[in-house]
Amino acid sequence: MTNAILTGLMLGGMYALIAMGLTLQYGVARIMNLSYGEFLVAAAFASYWLFTGWALNPLVGLAVVVPTGFGVSMILYRVLLTPLVRRAPTRDALEVDSILATFGMMFIVQGIMLTMFGGAYFSYSFLSIPVAVLGETLALNRLIAFGLAVLFGVALYLALTRTRFGTAIRAVAVDPAAARLVAIDVTWISAFAFAIGGALVAAAGVLISMFLTFSASSGVVFTMKALIVVVMGGVGNLLGCLVAGLALGLSESLVATFVDPGLTLAVNFALFLGVLLVKPAGLFGRAQR
Amino acid sequence: MVSSVTRLAAGLVAIAGVASFSVGPALAQTSVKIGYALSRTGPNAGGAAVTTLPNYEMWVKEVNAAGGLKIGDKRVPIEIVQYDDRSSAEEAAKALDRLITQDKVDFILPPWGTGLNLAVGPILNKAGYPHLAATAVTDRAPELAKRWPNSFWLLGTSAGAANTLVELLVKLRGEGKIGDTVAMVSVADGFGIDLSGAARPALAKANFKLAYDKTYPVGTQDLSPLVNEAKALNPDVFIAFSYPPDTLGLTEQARIAGFNPKIFYTGVGTAFPLFKGKFGANAEGVMGIGGWNGDSPAIKDYLARHKAASANGAEPDRWASSVTYASLQMLQQAIERVGKIDRAAVIKDLQTGTFDTVIGKVKFENNLPTKYWWVGQWQGGEFYGVGPATNEGARAPIIPKPAWKAQ
Repeated sequence: MTNAILTGLMLGGMYALIAMGLTLQYGVARIMNLSYGEFLVAAAFASYWLFTGWALNPLVGLAVVVPTGFGVSMILYRVLLTPLVRRAPTRDALEVDSILATFGMMFIVQGIMLTMFGGAYFSYSFLSIPVAVLGETLALNRLIAFGLAVLFGVALYLALTRTRFGTAIRAVAVDPAAARLVAIDVTWISAFAFAIGGALVAAAGVLISMFLTFSASSGVVFTMKALIVVVMGGVGNLLGCLVAGLALGLSESLVATFVDPGLTLAVNFALFLGVLLVKPAGLFGRAQR
Repeated sequence: MVSSVTRLAAGLVAIAGVASFSVGPALAQTSVKIGYALSRTGPNAGGAAVTTLPNYEMWVKEVNAAGGLKIGDKRVPIEIVQYDDRSSAEEAAKALDRLITQDKVDFILPPWGTGLNLAVGPILNKAGYPHLAATAVTDRAPELAKRWPNSFWLLGTSAGAANTLVELLVKLRGEGKIGDTVAMVSVADGFGIDLSGAARPALAKANFKLAYDKTYPVGTQDLSPLVNEAKALNPDVFIAFSYPPDTLGLTEQARIAGFNPKIFYTGVGTAFPLFKGKFGANAEGVMGIGGWNGDSPAIKDYLARHKAASANGAEPDRWASSVTYASLQMLQQAIERVGKIDRAAVIKDLQTGTFDTVIGKVKFENNLPTKYWWVGQWQGGEFYGVGPATNEGARAPIIPKPAWKAQ
């Protein structure tokens, strides 16, 4: 039982980590980023490349990859997405336009990775050491990823709730039109939120590359998972993202241990549908309109 | 007026005639057009990139470096036309249609994987192209070979894979090296369903106790519940009919959890160079599907050429890679023996001839080879074939598997 709960928590932490960036990109900037998983895999490749080519520890690699993720996302938003934002008459229209634009981006990023690394699977060993927690054996790299996911989550939560800038971001997420009335620069805040999302997805990619096997084509799996977690938690809500991620991870692990490993996907979707039936806006989402 | 039109037409006909006379025969002999559609993107890309593409590229490079395929008394270089089937059966079918009707290629190399080979089987059969399926494992192979006489199923049947594994277990139990308890997990997809389906009755018939038998969905990201459950039952044998990411995940998790059964067998991916690269000394003693005669000079030479041919010195996988390359050698020998682009004759030659390849002499019986490697084991950094034990070059398995080392 302890083991099932511990592994479930770690898996859930990973799901939350994957989804945190998307909740900012989708919830605040209203960009439904379909190339999200590809950026995650790109960060995993960057980490792999730094580790095998330059012997740079992935945890140190974070210091390189995360700012790069921030910068690349900022440039993307400024160059590729700002015209869409300007042109879109409503936020709903922007959502549709961004789906099409980022769908194209998905192929570009994937194509670049395929040219650079080929289609093969990649995996490396880093801190794959057993450690005892509450009498159970866990892998150190997963534990570190979980710890950092919690750290990022808490830091981001505090930044969003305790700072003036965070309040502005939340204001844009809730009502961009009204935010403009109180002198919030919505375009700038959106770009910033999108870039933080990019930094978070880069961090997730680096951490996940320590223990998962990935290939240039595995991005879509992460996009799907992130989307489920974000929608289930309530779009744009960080706390919801954490709770939904943990709920999914725990349910998967408990079902795999006590019922049947073959049912994990079914339980995932049952939970997802169940939440949406009871709370259509997600666990922590506020019903709008 | 009329005469000028007639003259113009006559002139055009003459020019066309001359053009076709001068260009036509020359075109037919300057190259042999070979086409293929491979999964460059999508879920199959990982397997195709390791097992199939490097061999296709290496073979074409080698043949062209030697001047080309020997057609009659001339050498004719190979010209390649290739597409991405995006891991989809529809795309693969479309690409093959295009290769046949528009590109008019002389020969077609098969796609990667069981599903896509089954999907393109009827197309190749209808168009009369030889189909050397080098990466398909299906229990319908004998039946398909009858229905499509142009098709050759080089990896055999999943029942063959499962039965060979069980035979080996029976032998080891007889020698007192292992006990009765088996834990089995399998991926809930074509490969896992087929193999576990074949293994269950075989294990039961041999009086093994299947203490744990669970499937998991494709793409499961945390396999620790499975490993922990299996470990709690303390089996002698752990069998996983898994795909490459799960193969790596299960092995990693077993090492972390200190789950160290006497036999640790994993599925697709165990024979990949990536496996050795990731686990290093911990790969020692791990068994998996596939294998090759690592001591044979032909295989050693093939390994060296493969490393030299690929840009980053990549090694082949120790199962279907060498079979894929052998299938290309067979196609080449059949074409050269026929001496012209005559697909029906090439198919006939494949059915009846004997071929000298990197995996030894191969002769088809009812369009199926007679020898397969089904169980391999990492021994001293090489993945040697250990089953069937009657194969030439089969090594004795190391039992029990050495304990996992702290990395």
